[in-house]
Amino acid sequence: MQFLEDPVLWIAEWLREVLLGWGASELVTNMTLNFLGAFVVGAMIMVIFILLTWIERKAAARFQDRIGPNRVGPFGLIQPIADAVKMLTKEDTRPKGADVVGYVLAPIVSVFSVLMTWAVVPFTQKWIGADLSVGVMYVAAAGSFGIVAVLLAGWSSNNKYSLIGAFRGVAQLISYEVPLFLSLLVPVFLARSMGVNDIITSQTAVLFAIPWLNIPIRGFFVLAAPLSVVIYFISSLAEVGRAPFDLIEAESELVAGYHVEYSGMKFGLFQAAEFLHSFTFAALMALMFFGGWQGPWVGTNNLTGWLLGGFYFMLKTFFFYMMVMWSRLTFPRIRIDQMMNLNWKFMVPVSLVLLMGMPLIDYGLRGQELWLKYLVLFLFNLIVGLIAFAWAARADRRVKTHTRVRFEGRPVAVMPQAPAAAEDETAG
Amino acid sequence: MLLDNWLFVGLLVIVAAGIPAIVLVIARLLAPRKPNDAKLDTYECGMETVGDTWVQFKVQYYIYALVFLVFDVEIIFLYPWAVAFDHLDLLGVIAGVLFIFLLGDGLLYAWRKGALKWN
Repeated sequence: MQFLEDPVLWIAEWLREVLLGWGASELVTNMTLNFLGAFVVGAMIMVIFILLTWIERKAAARFQDRIGPNRVGPFGLIQPIADAVKMLTKEDTRPKGADVVGYVLAPIVSVFSVLMTWAVVPFTQKWIGADLSVGVMYVAAAGSFGIVAVLLAGWSSNNKYSLIGAFRGVAQLISYEVPLFLSLLVPVFLARSMGVNDIITSQTAVLFAIPWLNIPIRGFFVLAAPLSVVIYFISSLAEVGRAPFDLIEAESELVAGYHVEYSGMKFGLFQAAEFLHSFTFAALMALMFFGGWQGPWVGTNNLTGWLLGGFYFMLKTFFFYMMVMWSRLTFPRIRIDQMMNLNWKFMVPVSLVLLMGMPLIDYGLRGQELWLKYLVLFLFNLIVGLIAFAWAARADRRVKTHTRVRFEGRPVAVMPQAPAAAEDETAG
Repeated sequence: MLLDNWLFVGLLVIVAAGIPAIVLVIARLLAPRKPNDAKLDTYECGMETVGDTWVQFKVQYYIYALVFLVFDVEIIFLYPWAVAFDHLDLLGVIAGVLFIFLLGDGLLYAWRKGALKWN
């Protein structure tokens, strides 16, 4: 095998030979290689986090008409390293009465849950930690650990604001998990497999080729289920707890939510988990609905295989991460009752309707051409989406008129007269 | 090969827990430690904290948790159904759709009962 054909596998093969040459047993060699692989995945995600902080600061600055970090290194590129040094050398206080075990464990669990999800993410066709046959379910299980971290942090800090923030956080996170998993069920259903790589390869099927130009249009699942993509995107915004769903850390009400009492590197780990959660959900969106490493001219077993494939995957992921940031920096925060209503009274029913209709359509068109199936599914999504949005807009209007009538007769606050006694006191 | 995959996941558990733990250890070695009473006090708007921290939570949260539990468990049943969809006959498809319909029915029941109303 040539190095350029697949550098990662080449290095793995070479290491295996070296280890076996040293007289290590098959088991030890396997363990070592897998451990190194796991370490590379984990370290790479942490490096991506460092990059993400810079992107986030720079993009947030541009959205708010500022320049952003530009002092440390060219374009402020070394800023994240300065941040890391600052975080590491900050005093780490532990409040009185805090539960030590829970307090220390919470940030670790929070980062742990994100890193675990990356085991099944294929960067290219070959570069996947573990191509599990239950990939999507594994992601769901590993990602849910973050909720435990939120509750643990809020409970063990010995602070009422933390605890209330944690209550809110858990209510939000578990609620939005329902539409998230319901919409992740759609690609599983369309691919007939839970394996992440299987889902991607089943998106290679050519629907039709543009005549004369001979450009194939591939069946990315976004074409069959656009409404699921919308539901997935909104609920993933809520899952990471960023604006407009940042009720977990509503600073005007709860100081900072469940991590009020955290400082120094422990706070930094929570921050890392939040950034990486957004990034993971962006990556999952690219994998599940937009073909992952698929793209024009991606081959299977040569330079185009890993170089182009990895490039497309990262391009799509960063694009969706940009969208997450965009909505974070644009929308104002919503109220808790609005958030719960949006979830339980809109997104869950809509995903249930989708999940009832799509199997029936699929069964009815069994054995038919693929493009016909995609077309009918697309139209079904469109119709359900239009009806749902029209209905929601009507309900919203009704609520608004209702509220206006109810508050019309209320007295308006009047500026109180300046107390004369107080003035005397200051004068004297 | 299958075992190899799970071996990777098992080793990733160590790595994923190890990376943040090591970072915390480094921070502990580098960071200064000068605790005093004011610094270690519970931060609640700068006032002395009143009463027990572990307050009772709204019963609303509990009801949402119950609804969530029903949904989460039933979604897990739907995943294998979706994977095996090609091998299902009409009866299997109808059964699955009915299952989802009942799920929606349960949601409607909770909605009408006022479980989804935040007050």
